[in-house]
Amino acid sequence: MDLLAFARGPALTFATAIFVAGTLWRLVGVLALPPWRDLSPAREGAPPNWLGAIETVFRKMIPHKTFLKAGMFTTVNGYVFHIGLALCVFAFAPHILFLKSLFGFSWPGLPNGFIFGVGALTAASLVAALAYRLTSPVLKLISRADDYVSWLLTFLPVVTGLAAASHIGARYEMLLALHVLSICAFLIWFPFGKLMHAFLFVFSRGATGARFRHRGAQL
Amino acid sequence: MTAKTTVSGVAFDAQGDRNDTDRRDAAMQGFVRDFARTAAIHMESCVRCGMCATACQYYVTTGDPKYTPINKLRPFEQAYHRHVGPFAPLYRLLGIKSNVSIDMLQEWEALLYDACSLCGRCTLACPMGIDISELIKEARHGMYKAGLVPDRLELMDRTTKAWGSPATPADDFSDIIREAGEENGVPVNVDLPKADYVVTTAPAELTEHTKALTDVAKILNKIGASWTYSSAGFEASNIGYINGDVELQEKMTRKMIDNAIAVGAHTLILPECGHAYGAARWEASRWYGREIPLRIIHMTEFLGEVVQSGKIKLKKIGESTSFHDPCQLVRRGGVNDAPRAVLKALGLELKELEDHGALGWCCGGGGGVVSNTRADPLRFKAFELKRKQVEDANAQHFVTACGQCRITLTLGAKHFKWDQKVESLLELVADNLQD
Ligand code: SF4
Ligand code: SF4
Repeated sequence: MDLLAFARGPALTFATAIFVAGTLWRLVGVLALPPWRDLSPAREGAPPNWLGAIETVFRKMIPHKTFLKAGMFTTVNGYVFHIGLALCVFAFAPHILFLKSLFGFSWPGLPNGFIFGVGALTAASLVAALAYRLTSPVLKLISRADDYVSWLLTFLPVVTGLAAASHIGARYEMLLALHVLSICAFLIWFPFGKLMHAFLFVFSRGATGARFRHRGAQL
Repeated sequence: MTAKTTVSGVAFDAQGDRNDTDRRDAAMQGFVRDFARTAAIHMESCVRCGMCATACQYYVTTGDPKYTPINKLRPFEQAYHRHVGPFAPLYRLLGIKSNVSIDMLQEWEALLYDACSLCGRCTLACPMGIDISELIKEARHGMYKAGLVPDRLELMDRTTKAWGSPATPADDFSDIIREAGEENGVPVNVDLPKADYVVTTAPAELTEHTKALTDVAKILNKIGASWTYSSAGFEASNIGYINGDVELQEKMTRKMIDNAIAVGAHTLILPECGHAYGAARWEASRWYGREIPLRIIHMTEFLGEVVQSGKIKLKKIGESTSFHDPCQLVRRGGVNDAPRAVLKALGLELKELEDHGALGWCCGGGGGVVSNTRADPLRFKAFELKRKQVEDANAQHFVTACGQCRITLTLGAKHFKWDQKVESLLELVADNLQD
């Protein structure tokens, strides 16, 4: 078995299994904890908890102006690499084909050249995020190994993808194999570190939303 | 009680005579018992973006990264991952998350008590919606168990256990009320066996602001309400809630609610105190164990009700004012409109502070910070923010609806020799009742 076959075959299967099992384990592990039931009467006119939760998931997409002023770089750069990653994963034609082979349905992609540009911008944005983490006194203090591991395992699929798409650095098969292996590493790490925020943000915002909106407080 | 410093020179207080391991284990138990679902979700969700730092007055005014809100939770977070989180057994097996050390707990005492007013501004800044301030309050439960609380706060805790209030023995309460009534010429009710409204107090009314005791009496008398103060359940500020002493929090909650039920009240009026609102309006049922069979409202909500329903009419002052939003009442309590409606009814033109309502800055003294004298320098630093915004608003009055905020702001003004009076919304209403 060559490296590409290994990457696409057993490696990807194993990584996906860890990703699914680990993610479920972590989500169920927290969600199964008993809640503290809030028996206080809701503020008159407060939305039901589920609605307060959903409202807040969306409300938190944009920071308040006063926080935006101080956190402009974090917010804008965060948007750039999140949207960039989503486009690279879900709007790149070869990825769509691959996902179709898994799930049986597809959607239209964006031109390869455009996605390449997006990938390059995403990589640059990730480098900027790392530079900020390494220089901001606040981020230096609060960062953990998880932040750097998660960064690396997000960055690698982007750069190996760019290399594979532009055939730079090695044989195409080799580059593709490295790309797939980097994704395997990403998937394996996903449930254990902060990459999980891709799922957790809904619950985290939602819980605070339910609490605050019950009180008639704004978020 | 002994005041000490950590290796890195941070002051901490320790209560009781226990060895380090006992203290550490007690903290762990206190931390771990609080991880209900929401706390656990929030412990799992931080992406270390640092946005919360920009919301915290202690970070913004000092620039010291250790005051980043999420950093204040480090021992709590470590305890969570080692003992509660979904991968806790794995982490323990691999030795990835070490146990919290006593040094760390001592070091963090000042971050959890001196450098957090539980204002909740960080919660609004966090893109993940993590309720950091609630977690800090829960982390204090473990610190209290470990006997690692600022001495001044522990003193209030002990006083409350002995007296039923941090301000005055319950035995003296009725005399204080009657004396205030005589002094201000207002008929007062105390210890009536039955009444529709039970009025409660916070330490501010029993010490600095005794006029507030008769201001509320004046309004209740005016609307012809059946009301009373009760020596058996007057203390609403609930120092247990602030210190992390959950047993005391529960005891004080029960005492106040049981008394109101015994009196047959339909409404319990909380004083002009922010934390009383958090402890009673939103948390009482959690500690009481069931729904509370009466209405619990803040003084400001009561004022809003009587003004908006037309039960009282007010003289128009006809000047301008700015308003300090007490964090627990407005940001964490949702009472944003009532104080503004009352100011309007007083004919005061409201000049809002640059950051106001849910986004207003804390006075800097909440969460016990104002009583914890060790934190004075930090509190005065934080005060700079408020002072600037009040000066920029350039109004003739400066009003708030929390006695503790009022004391904190007045102390700040005095410290900086700033000639700014801080007025109470209740007092303005009581002084401007139309005949
Ligand atoms: S609750 Fe307020 S004082 Fe405490 S960390 Fe958050 S912003 Fe700072
Ligand atoms: S703002 Fe929220 S997610 Fe960001 S570092 Fe603070 S607590 Fe973590």
